[in-house]
Amino acid sequence: MSDTSLRLVWVYPDLLSTYGDQGNALVVERRAQQRHIPVTRIDVRSDQPIPTSGDIYLIGGGEDRPQRLAAERLRRDGGLNRAVGNGAIVFSVCAGYQILGTEFINDLGRPEPGLGILDVRSVRNEGSRHVGDIMGDIDERLGLPPLTGFENHQGNTVVGPGARPFARLRFGSGNGTGDGTEGAWCDTVFGTYAHGPVMARNPLIADMLLKLALDVHALPPVDEQWYEALRAERIAAATQASA
Amino acid sequence: MAGNSEPLSPRAKLAVTAGKAAAAVSRAAGRGSGSVIGGRVALKLDPELLGRLAHHLDVVLVSATNGKTTTTRLIAEALGAAGPVVSNALGANMPAGITSALAGGSDARYGVIEVDEKYLAGVARDVTPKAIALLNLSRDQLDRAAETRMLAEKWREGLAGTHAIVIANADDPLVAWAASSCPTVVWVAAGQEWKDDAWSCPSCGGVLQRPGDDWFCGECGFRRPQPTWALSGDYVIAPDGVAWPIQLQLPGRANKANAATSAAVAAVFGVAPKIALERMYAVQAVAGRYDVVSYLGRDLRLLLAKNPAGWLETFSLIDGPPAPVLLSVNARGADGTDTSWLWDVDYTRLAGHPIYVIGDRKLDLAVRLEVAGLQFQVCADVDEAVRSAPPGKIEVIANYTAFQDLRRVVGN
Ligand SMILES: [Zn+2]
Repeated sequence: MSDTSLRLVWVYPDLLSTYGDQGNALVVERRAQQRHIPVTRIDVRSDQPIPTSGDIYLIGGGEDRPQRLAAERLRRDGGLNRAVGNGAIVFSVCAGYQILGTEFINDLGRPEPGLGILDVRSVRNEGSRHVGDIMGDIDERLGLPPLTGFENHQGNTVVGPGARPFARLRFGSGNGTGDGTEGAWCDTVFGTYAHGPVMARNPLIADMLLKLALDVHALPPVDEQWYEALRAERIAAATQASA
Repeated sequence: MAGNSEPLSPRAKLAVTAGKAAAAVSRAAGRGSGSVIGGRVALKLDPELLGRLAHHLDVVLVSATNGKTTTTRLIAEALGAAGPVVSNALGANMPAGITSALAGGSDARYGVIEVDEKYLAGVARDVTPKAIALLNLSRDQLDRAAETRMLAEKWREGLAGTHAIVIANADDPLVAWAASSCPTVVWVAAGQEWKDDAWSCPSCGGVLQRPGDDWFCGECGFRRPQPTWALSGDYVIAPDGVAWPIQLQLPGRANKANAATSAAVAAVFGVAPKIALERMYAVQAVAGRYDVVSYLGRDLRLLLAKNPAGWLETFSLIDGPPAPVLLSVNARGADGTDTSWLWDVDYTRLAGHPIYVIGDRKLDLAVRLEVAGLQFQVCADVDEAVRSAPPGKIEVIANYTAFQDLRRVVGN
């Protein structure tokens, strides 16, 4: 941590906050506060420089045109790449996930360079949009319980040799490549197609980011009653929907 | 055009009759008001029926993400001063529902028509309206991927050559951009509480600067148009500078904005603000919204909020703490199946209210409220919630199908 409080940076809410993405920031903040970990949340609009001294960066989902604008501005700014070079943690969702990769197809139908901080490459799915509840098992190296989320995207993402799939789905499309993979991660950089928002349905992902940032192996417990109830309901719903 | 009615062709007459028959069957079968089914049958028999039915009318179209049903009702009330009005008052706002409503108004002189955002350009082509009122555009039903800017672009392209007088909200950048391609625009400063869909310049993608009530793009120079009508607190300022008091039975800032726009529309049809506003006072509830009903010996005020902008406006009109608040959220087809929008709503605004949570997606709402640091109680159904609530009128806020469920239960 750079000083006494944990710096949580929310990247470009003016462009990439279409699918309740603020929820991820709120859950991380809340679960830190419940452990008496001081947090400073920094919302960075796309006409402001990305601070390089953040601990956790969140980047959310957005529509196709804002996604291109965000990629252009993040490339020009360079701050997020520098932060990752300094070891920062990045958690990205949907359009943000694609931006972290090497390339995606933009709203004009052309390949758009990403930031290249996660070895994934995305194209546009020619079939119908992937919409609905998803459920799967998160990479066992991360020691997390099953993933539940809601996907809503038109992307197909191939995970390259420099990253690992974040999860293997039992239900849902995920990366859309037909191999059951969902999202990707490498070291402290994570990407997923799961909305919900994903931290509301998987609060232990928020805890994982906090533990990485604080460099600790455990955090004091918090009341999980409503999170657990929601998880159980959504996992059952995803299971039923695909049965 | 009004009063100069052209007789309907035999085919159109047949279509109207068949549509009415289908509506009657649908009603008898208990499938709702029957208006949509009747319209669908009629339109199939005569695809140009909508234009023919509207031909003898002076028409105003009303579209927006939020407030279109209420505004349609307010305008219909105001134009009643000038002559008989036909309107799709029940909110059936796609071409079939509109056709059906117009088929029931052969004696009318004015047509006041609510139109779904996605169908506006097409309906505007079919009925050649005299006026079009554009209130706001914001995120709604995320799983449909109907991007707000894409909708604005459809409006902009579809209305570019319209002969209608467009009455548009100057405070909503997406609406302003959509309307600025129209030859004749009456700009109304109707306000905008929800700003999170309009930080990007709709024209060039630059970041919008929003000092105070103003907004402009620093990159391409696109800026807020100069309004000729304005909502100012409890008054609407007319183009001549006269401030008319807005007195409504409907609560909230958003409805004052709807009334201001309605007054501007009424003026296009020759109805003076004083008369228009007086007539709007008569509106009590709109399709059950804002209605206060009695249930289990308690007063419940029923409020519909379908999307983040709607929730934000609703929070600003409910009674303050300790008024109990009952929230109900579903995620069925008509609501959009993605509930992540709950996280765009600032529920900390409910701090201090006793909160009761019901609906298909009460657990999503429970986590949302937990993270907002609020106290709340999750209940099995509306009965348990009402019985648990402390004394006082209960403010009930629900999204679309949850609202319909509630109305069925509480008997309204
Ligand atoms: Zn611009």
